Amino acid sequence: MSKIIELKGVSKSYDGEQVLHDVNLYIRDKEFITLLGPSGCGKTTTLRLIGGFEMPDEGEIFFEGNPVTNLPPHKRPVNTVFQKYALFPHLNVYDNIAFALKLRKVPQDIIDEQVRDMLALVSLRGFGSKNVNTLSGGQQQRVAIARALINRPRVLLLDEPLGALDLKLRKDMQNELKNIQQQTGITFVYVTHDQEEALSMSDTIVVMENGHIQQIGTPTDIYNEPENAFVADFIGESNIIDGVMRQDYKVFFDGREFDCLDKGFGKNEPVDVVIRPEDVDVVSPEKGMLRGVATSVTFKGVHWEIIVDINNFKWMIQTTDYVAPGAEIGLFIEPDAIHIMKKSEFSGMYGDYSSFSDELDELSDPDLDAGEEERDDQE
Amino acid sequence: MTKNKSPLLRSIAAAPHLLWCVLFILAPMAFVAYYAFTDKDGAFTLDNINSVFSSAYLKILERSVLFALAATVICLLIAYPLAMAITKMKSRNQSTAIMLLMLPMWINLLIRTYSLKLLLESNGIINSLITRLGGEPIRFLDSEFSIILGMVYNFLPYMVLPIYSVLVKIDKRLIEAAQDLGCNSLKVLWKVTLPLSISGVISGITMVFVPSISTFFISKSLSDGRIKLIGDIIEYQIGMHNVAAYNIGAALSFVLMALIVVSLIITNKFGDEDGGVLV
Repeated sequence: MSKIIELKGVSKSYDGEQVLHDVNLYIRDKEFITLLGPSGCGKTTTLRLIGGFEMPDEGEIFFEGNPVTNLPPHKRPVNTVFQKYALFPHLNVYDNIAFALKLRKVPQDIIDEQVRDMLALVSLRGFGSKNVNTLSGGQQQRVAIARALINRPRVLLLDEPLGALDLKLRKDMQNELKNIQQQTGITFVYVTHDQEEALSMSDTIVVMENGHIQQIGTPTDIYNEPENAFVADFIGESNIIDGVMRQDYKVFFDGREFDCLDKGFGKNEPVDVVIRPEDVDVVSPEKGMLRGVATSVTFKGVHWEIIVDINNFKWMIQTTDYVAPGAEIGLFIEPDAIHIMKKSEFSGMYGDYSSFSDELDELSDPDLDAGEEERDDQE
Repeated sequence: MTKNKSPLLRSIAAAPHLLWCVLFILAPMAFVAYYAFTDKDGAFTLDNINSVFSSAYLKILERSVLFALAATVICLLIAYPLAMAITKMKSRNQSTAIMLLMLPMWINLLIRTYSLKLLLESNGIINSLITRLGGEPIRFLDSEFSIILGMVYNFLPYMVLPIYSVLVKIDKRLIEAAQDLGCNSLKVLWKVTLPLSISGVISGITMVFVPSISTFFISKSLSDGRIKLIGDIIEYQIGMHNVAAYNIGAALSFVLMALIVVSLIITNKFGDEDGGVLV
């Protein structure tokens, strides 16, 4: 697939605060690419640069090899689905969707036909004459998508389009968006802070933090081979332990040497070791490679979530077997469950579950989200 | 209205306001109507109303409408771009700009008009500046220009504020969405900003047109009483302390009131389709 959009050395700052540092990224034609990261990581700014709503301080943006860095939004072959939809409140559903075609003075019969097709595509047949303010969040979202798609853009930019919907509707819309993307063959650039959404929808994920791209890869790459502690922690749950790479395929941590599948590190190089909670087997203490005490056990439906204290470092383990709180257990780790990462600026910041609390984790998300929106509003 | 509050409590709470309305709005209007339709002995008559439609009064009425319309249009043409420019400023500067705009409104209209007169007089500040620069003094006062200028000067804030308050609330994403869908700046204004701010424009028009059409002080002071508007005539008639003139004044007021009500209805019809509200 050919490159449709390319960002070269793009930097951007607001009021002296740099939000993007030298971002290099290309987007392939017809792919579903997701910019993923916590609030303030620069993902929305990147999207707005592609849409033409912001100009980079440095660097260039190319569309099919041609520079578009200084083109205003209405001259770019991209369309945007905005956060909270941004439907025109003075127009009904039909006129919202027909907006772009009417601007281009397309004949009325063609507009009629295309609006009808779009309404069908987003399953809103017969909604044309409705007032947009009376629609539900999910319906408004569909109108916003139809309005952006009717121009048949080469690229559709989506800025947290499902953020305002409830969980059930969000899941449905995820599938629908993916279907629309495959049906129309339009490149989707999708911004979200929801890692699950990113994993289930994307062909490519771009993980961002502090205005830097941390990793670009397929969902499986990102999950199985995280580049650094930040990515490992942000995508799914991870135990991240300090280790030393003794030699190829041998890593030392928690007082013993483990076999692993990684190589190419320096001799005795300090590394971060990632072990996913679901990749650890719980065995009896005698059979375990590591021993610890289960400090908390939580039933999660599909599995039990156990926090295990090993040498004062709390691991999270997911297992289908019940373990009594306070029991001593052994852990068995297969070589392919171990992933080795180079040390980074994020080492030591993530991957310890000693202060872990489900409640806190869930609470913090909407807060972060609101923070980002405020910030975006000011730009 | 909430149904669960006790009706008695509600009427007690509303009583002062109701009393105020009856005493200071309904009663005076009833008096105006009474005097308009009676003669000096208090008998019912249509003579007063008929005399309003005599050619002399009609001419003045027409002039008043034209002046008020001119002032309203000029205010709108100045206020809309001004309000837009203010919304584009940083939020701290916005409040400063609005403050500066409101500042003259803290000063009494009479004093403001006198100051304008001082500026425009044949030996006023502007003309002395012109003569000092070697030019001929310009006669500003006693003209249609000076009266309309007076109206625009006095009522401009009433046009800017409602437009600004609507414009500032327009979601910036709507503007971006319009650009995204192919609008250049002019099209954004025409297709999105203007339709979304129509309610502010309607309020502004009302708040400038109504005081402009009924003013008497501005015309009297800026034309030395030479150009008369309907407000001047009403003031003159009522001020004569003569019962017959009182009835004519009331009839003029009544017709003016009807005229204002009709124009408000027409203006609001315009705004209605886009959900405009009259403030």
